[in-house]
Amino acid sequence: MSLTYKIAKYQAKDVLRSRWLIGFTFFLGVISSGLFYFTADTEKVIVSLINIVFTIVPLIGAIFGALYYYNSKEYIIFLLSQPLKRKQIFLGLYSGIVFPLSLSLVSGLGLPVVLFIVRGSFDYLVSLIVLIGLGAVLLSVFIGISLFLSILNDDKAKGLGFTLLLWLLFSFIYDGIVLLILTAFSEYPLEVLSIVLSMLNPIDLARIIVLLNMDISVLMGYTGAIFQKFFGSFWGMALTTTALFVWIIVPLILTKIFFAKKDF
Amino acid sequence: MIEIKNLTKKYGKHTALSDVTVSFKPVEITAVVGPNGSGKTTLIKSILGLIGFNSGSIIISNHELNGNPIYRKDIGYMPQIPNYPENLTVNDLMKMLKDLREEKKIIDDELYDDLEIQKYSSIPIKNLSGGTKQKINAILAFMFNPSILILDEPTASLDPISSSLLKNKIVKQNSSGKSIILTSHNMSEIEELASNIVFLLEGRIYFNGLVSELKRISNEDKLERAVASIMKENKN
Repeated sequence: MSLTYKIAKYQAKDVLRSRWLIGFTFFLGVISSGLFYFTADTEKVIVSLINIVFTIVPLIGAIFGALYYYNSKEYIIFLLSQPLKRKQIFLGLYSGIVFPLSLSLVSGLGLPVVLFIVRGSFDYLVSLIVLIGLGAVLLSVFIGISLFLSILNDDKAKGLGFTLLLWLLFSFIYDGIVLLILTAFSEYPLEVLSIVLSMLNPIDLARIIVLLNMDISVLMGYTGAIFQKFFGSFWGMALTTTALFVWIIVPLILTKIFFAKKDF
Repeated sequence: MIEIKNLTKKYGKHTALSDVTVSFKPVEITAVVGPNGSGKTTLIKSILGLIGFNSGSIIISNHELNGNPIYRKDIGYMPQIPNYPENLTVNDLMKMLKDLREEKKIIDDELYDDLEIQKYSSIPIKNLSGGTKQKINAILAFMFNPSILILDEPTASLDPISSSLLKNKIVKQNSSGKSIILTSHNMSEIEELASNIVFLLEGRIYFNGLVSELKRISNEDKLERAVASIMKENKN
């Protein structure tokens, strides 16, 4: 059994017992069950879930990652004083946060999906599973980003502040900026630019993947429609999924480099 | 055995340690003392590999520090502020450390028994008092019978019984041939335990020798007064 796995195992054991995580699971369960209960149209439920899950889940990942790092600094020093490589410690901590949070997401959102299957409604089942999977991917992205920013900033307020600012940028401000650019340069061909701009925002990418999967062009927005037009649903999805995994890997590599050199 | 040669560590423009050369031998309890900001923590962190250094070298049990963490198998470290994953129990924590160290060594559970940790074993860390956490801290440091012990304020927040049990353990370990490095603001504790003293002032070694020698050169009977008079002298 690798040391990284062992560190992650105990870390996950700690996170799984936290009241915070139980609250998060319960919250997701209530929101999704409520939506399924009150809305008959699954398509509408998924669109509402996209807005809720893709806004709240990255926020939870970002806050949890940053707070866990700052609250565990002495524990990290304790691990660093053991015969363990820094790479093992970092990857163990990261996986030990990502796994329990993803498990909480899958249970919270997965319960209503199961209820729907029991009721015999299989509409958009794949899209729902894709939505939950993408929620877990976004958790991984934002936990990675928050750990990176926290390791760069010894000051908790600064680290948490930058993390929240980035979440705000990706969740709300970015779309405004993109719209502004597209309006300002509306006389020029903007297809490639809008694809590139979407690639630079993991939340947009996740949103486009679900809508491409559902194949509803009317809900895709400008960039989604372009993705479908240029690449077709399959290639559009392949490209966006690859881009999203790059969003997981890049913060991880950067964090690993800085963590290896950091003075604790 | 720890040998530190010409160690310099800078944080930006601030020099935390400047050309420090010192060795910590087996069968010695050495106290590292100095005012706040004198470089005590930086020295300990350098030995543990928690921070990098600008120049110099550290050799521990014939291994020169080069990023390979294997040498830390020989070290038991008791940090000043104990903090472990709060939802794990004491048993989880001990099991975790055994899993992570992957050592076949016989576990030293003398302190576990003496400090009566059994009764806290299934309680989550978050529900333990500061003193009990400090006891756990001590148990984990001594658990693998390391040849070097680094104890940062070991008796802080311990009750008198636990404190004296821990001190007995330190003396016993020392007489079995271990190097012990100790920091403490409690000078009578240092006087009781340590034979040697490394006195740091502004990142440099001001004194390195026997405790009795330090008292002699400062013309004081008590270590606390000797240390205070050197600090005062240095301030003026």
